[in-house]
Amino acid sequence: MHWIDFTSPHSVREAVELLNDANGSARVLAGGTDLLVQLRGGRFDDVNLVVDGKNIPELNEITYDPEGGLTLGAAVPCYRIYGNAAISRAYPGLIDSASLIGGTQIQGRASFGGNLCNSTPSGDSIPAMIAHSAVANIEGPDGHRHVAVEDFCTGPGSNVLGRGEMLVSISFPAPTSGFGANYMRFIPRNEMDIAVAGAGTSVVLDGDTIKSARVALAAVAPTPLYVSAIGDAIAGKPANDDTLAEAGQMAKDAATPITDMRGTIEYRKHLCDVLTRRSLQIAIDRAKENA
Amino acid sequence: MPGKTYVQTRINGEPVDFLAEPRQSLLECLRDVIGLTGSKEGCNDGNCGACTVEMDGRIVTSCLVLGVEAEGSDITTIEGIAEGSELHPVQQAFLENAALQCGICTPGFIVATKALLDHNPDPTEHEIRFWLANNLCRCTGYDKIVRAVQDAASRMQEASA
Repeated sequence: MHWIDFTSPHSVREAVELLNDANGSARVLAGGTDLLVQLRGGRFDDVNLVVDGKNIPELNEITYDPEGGLTLGAAVPCYRIYGNAAISRAYPGLIDSASLIGGTQIQGRASFGGNLCNSTPSGDSIPAMIAHSAVANIEGPDGHRHVAVEDFCTGPGSNVLGRGEMLVSISFPAPTSGFGANYMRFIPRNEMDIAVAGAGTSVVLDGDTIKSARVALAAVAPTPLYVSAIGDAIAGKPANDDTLAEAGQMAKDAATPITDMRGTIEYRKHLCDVLTRRSLQIAIDRAKENA
Repeated sequence: MPGKTYVQTRINGEPVDFLAEPRQSLLECLRDVIGLTGSKEGCNDGNCGACTVEMDGRIVTSCLVLGVEAEGSDITTIEGIAEGSELHPVQQAFLENAALQCGICTPGFIVATKALLDHNPDPTEHEIRFWLANNLCRCTGYDKIVRAVQDAASRMQEASA
């Protein structure tokens, strides 16, 4: 790895100043499971300062209250997410993602905030966060702003963060009764792989009727893809196979994947249909348990 | 270009201070600075798990931790698993079940297995395979490793019964 400087600030304000002064030549370090690989691989040869986020309290806190919802610090590692009983009951889609990213060692370090800032289309936490209506809390030289997670990524590896800005935390609204969510991906093995395609879904049920739904897809577009049209189309419809088939078809139509070593366009579009139906079914089953 | 950073840690129960370049991984610091060469470099990108160490109670791939990030942390490496000349039950079970051939992956498997059994003394085969998914072995085909983990679990349960 080329020479880098390392600094470990204790406040968001200090980190923002460092990032702003570095003007693009600094990166924030959370778990490092992407960043260190990228630095070593020469992807960020212009980066000469690593700003550690793990000594900044706001980046490492999980706060949950059943009324106000969940705020997840940007550097909180996966194991703290699935190890938290309150989250696992209220935010099941997040648990699905946290439990399947990498293996045990990676889950000891990797964070949802890092996954979001890395902004790959295949990031497994991002569709789950979108399904849970997550909002990114950003701090910068001009103060703070909030961006819906579905609007955060702007292309493969790029996002809305501007000069001096950093992701501090991600907020999730408190789920209402009748809420259920899920994330699933397809990989050709059982674990430790990058999604060929993935689907994060959530529903709010009123009896057997879908009151609202959110569907987001992984690895089938230049960014994680929120398909808001699916929620619009299936709201008010019964939670049955016909409705799920309609949702699956819409996911397949919305996806714009590429052919690469992980799968072809046709294969990935087919997966969008299957994964959307299966994931919605799990979200519906969980919503019924939660009614 | 600034110099090296002074890092204070506890490694295998002993205070260890070292000087690290900010770009050096914890693995490089362990092997090349401190001289603990039991942790192995396989892939150097977090896939193979040969460099697994326990850091503040969680197993991590030490190739994906910067040495300077280890400031103030408590680390257990493969060198800290045995008690003096007495092998840990996990090590004994790996030996007796022939759960290693070339041996490069073994330190990582043993550190990861010990962490599994500390956290879940009676894991199912499914739990063993998922917990160890971040550790690759290109020799054994894994079955002998899984059997060794099951054997270690029963030895440790008998010892604590």
